Amino acid sequence: MIELVDICREFTVGEERVQALKNVNLKIEQGEYASIMGPSGSGKSTLLNVLGLLDTPDSGKYFLNGSNVAQLSDDELAARRQQVIGFVFQSFHLISRMTALENVELPMTLSGLSASKRRKRAEQMLERTGLADRMGHRPDQLSGGQRQRVAIARSIVMEPRLLLADEPTGNLDSKSGSDVLALLEELNQEGITLVMVTHDPAIGDRSRLSLRMHDGELTAERKR
Amino acid sequence: MKLLDSGSIAATAIIRYPLRSSMLLLAIAIGVSAVLILTSLGEGARTYVTKEFNSLGTNLLIITPGKIEIGGNASAASIGQAVRPLTLQDAMAIERSPYIESILPFIGGSAAVNFDGRERNVNIVGTNHNMAVIFDYEMAKGGFLPAIALDKVSQVAVLGGTVASELFQNENPLGKWLRIGDRRVRVIGVVEQTGQSGSVDVDETAFLPIAFAAQVFNTESVQKMMANPRDADVMEAARKDIVRTVMARHQGHDDITVLDQGAILNTFNSIFLVLTSTLGAIASISLIVAGTLIMNVMLVAVSQRTAEIGLIKALGGQRRQIITLFMMEAAILSFIGAVLGVLLGETAIYLMRELYPAVEFHAPLWATMAAVALAVLCGLLFGIMPARRAAALDPIEALASH
Repeated sequence: MIELVDICREFTVGEERVQALKNVNLKIEQGEYASIMGPSGSGKSTLLNVLGLLDTPDSGKYFLNGSNVAQLSDDELAARRQQVIGFVFQSFHLISRMTALENVELPMTLSGLSASKRRKRAEQMLERTGLADRMGHRPDQLSGGQRQRVAIARSIVMEPRLLLADEPTGNLDSKSGSDVLALLEELNQEGITLVMVTHDPAIGDRSRLSLRMHDGELTAERKR
Repeated sequence: MKLLDSGSIAATAIIRYPLRSSMLLLAIAIGVSAVLILTSLGEGARTYVTKEFNSLGTNLLIITPGKIEIGGNASAASIGQAVRPLTLQDAMAIERSPYIESILPFIGGSAAVNFDGRERNVNIVGTNHNMAVIFDYEMAKGGFLPAIALDKVSQVAVLGGTVASELFQNENPLGKWLRIGDRRVRVIGVVEQTGQSGSVDVDETAFLPIAFAAQVFNTESVQKMMANPRDADVMEAARKDIVRTVMARHQGHDDITVLDQGAILNTFNSIFLVLTSTLGAIASISLIVAGTLIMNVMLVAVSQRTAEIGLIKALGGQRRQIITLFMMEAAILSFIGAVLGVLLGETAIYLMRELYPAVEFHAPLWATMAAVALAVLCGLLFGIMPARRAAALDPIEALASH
C-alpha cells in the first residue's frame, strides 16, 4: 500500500536548516495498523504529512498503491487525498458553524456528490460511530469524544483505504480516548490501513507495526 | 463541488460572522443608494423641465422679432438695437402659410380695469382663441375669446378667476360691461382658477382679442407668436416658410427669430442626461470605496478561517474550489448589499417626492441596474485577491493555525 524510498525533507527555521526526514525507508501493507512514536521534533508529524500528501518530500520516492506520488501537482495531490486518504486530527478540525451531519457531508460536498446521497451516507457514518442522536448538533454542543467521533465519521465517509490519525486521543480524557481508539481499531479490523502518531506508549504497544523516530530517522521498527 | 453547495457554505459563513457581514452590506448599500439618489435628482430636474415645456406641446415654433444669433445670449431688443416689430399683418401672413395649422399671437401689458366704481390694475393679454387650446384652460363661466380674424376688433374680454371675483364679487360677470382705460368691453367668459401657466399668471389676467388689445395699448406690434405646424414632419418647412414670408414683408430683412420648441427640449434633455450620468458616476466612486472594504473584510475572513481552509485542502478541496467559496461569499454579500441599497435609495427618493411633490424624483432604471451590476462586479474584483490568497495557503500551516 505504502512504500517510502529514501525520503528526505528539509526545513529552514530562521538561519538553521533542519532535516526533518533523513532517508526514510518504509513499507506499510494494506490493512496494517501502524503507530509512529518519538519525541517532539523527531519528524513524526512531517512523516505523517508526507504520507498524507499534505507535504511533498525534497527527494525520494513515495509509492501509494503502486504509483509514485512524490512529485504530483497540488491539485493532483488533492484529488488523491480525496480518493484514498482519511484524516483524524488531534484538535478535531470540525467547522464550528456546521452541524455534525454537515461536517460529515463536507468531503462529499467537495467531491460533488448530490445532496440526497450525501445526507444518506453521512447519516450512516454517524450511526456507525454511535452519534445517531447527535446529527443536528453543532461541535460546541458536543463533548470532546463525540467531536472526535464526528471527525472519524467524516474521515471514512469517502471510503478511503488509508486512515491517518495525528494524536487522535491527545485532547481527550482516558475514557473517551479509549472509546475513540477502539473505534479506530474496529475500522482497521474491517480492512482500512491505520497509521497513527502518538505519544502514548500504551497505544504504541497495541499496534501491529510500531515505528520510532529520532532526529528525522526511523530508528526502530517492531512488528508483531 | 456544485455551485449551489459552495453558495450555501458561503451563506453559512456570512451568517456566522454577522458584524463583519453587516458592515460590508452597509457599505455597499450606501454606495448603491447614493447612485440612486443622485441620479434621481438629475432625472427629477429633467422631467420637471420637460413637463413645463410639454405643457405647451412640443410641435411649436416660437417667433419673436429681432435676430438672436446662435451662441449669443441676448435678444437684439435687449441690447438696444432697433428692431423692426412684428405686426398683426405679419401674423396674418404667417397664418396663411400652407404649413401652419394655427397661430397664437401675443401682446402683453397692464391697464386699469373698472367696474361699477371698483378699479383694479390688471395684466392684459391680447391673443386669440388658440390660447385656451394650447395652454389647456378650463372655463368656469362662458367661453374663451371667439375665433375671429386677427385684425377684427371685438370689444369683449375673458377674465381670470381672481380678477373676476375681485371686480364682480358675487355678481355674475357674464354680459356685464366694464372699462379698460377709456374703452368699454363686455365680459364673455371667466377662466377657472389656474395659477401660473407658461409666462402668464392666468388668474390675475384679462384676455382680449389681439386687434382690440393693440388698440388699447395703441401699438401695431405683436410681441411674440407661437405657430403650430400641420404636422411634426413639416416643422422645418414651416420654419423656413415663416422666415421667407416675413422677409418678403420686411423688404428682404431676415429680422425675426424662430425657435423650435422640440429642438430646445431635446437640447435640455441631453444636457440633463449628461448631468444625471455625471452624478451617477460620482456616486459610483463610493461603490469603489466599498469595493476596497470588501477586499479588507474578505482578507480578515481568510485569516479568521485559515484552519478551515487547511481542512478543506486536507479533505481534497482543489484550489479552484477554495477560490469559488470565497468569491461566492463576496458575490452574495455584494448582491444582498446592492438589493438593500436599492431599497434604501428608493425609500429616500420616496421621501424626497413627499417633501417636494412638484419634482418627480425617480432613479432611472439604467442607473439602478448599473449600480447593482457595478456593486457585484466590485465584490468579485476585490474578492479575487483574498480568495487567491486563501487558495495559496499551505495546508499544513493552515491546519496548525487552529
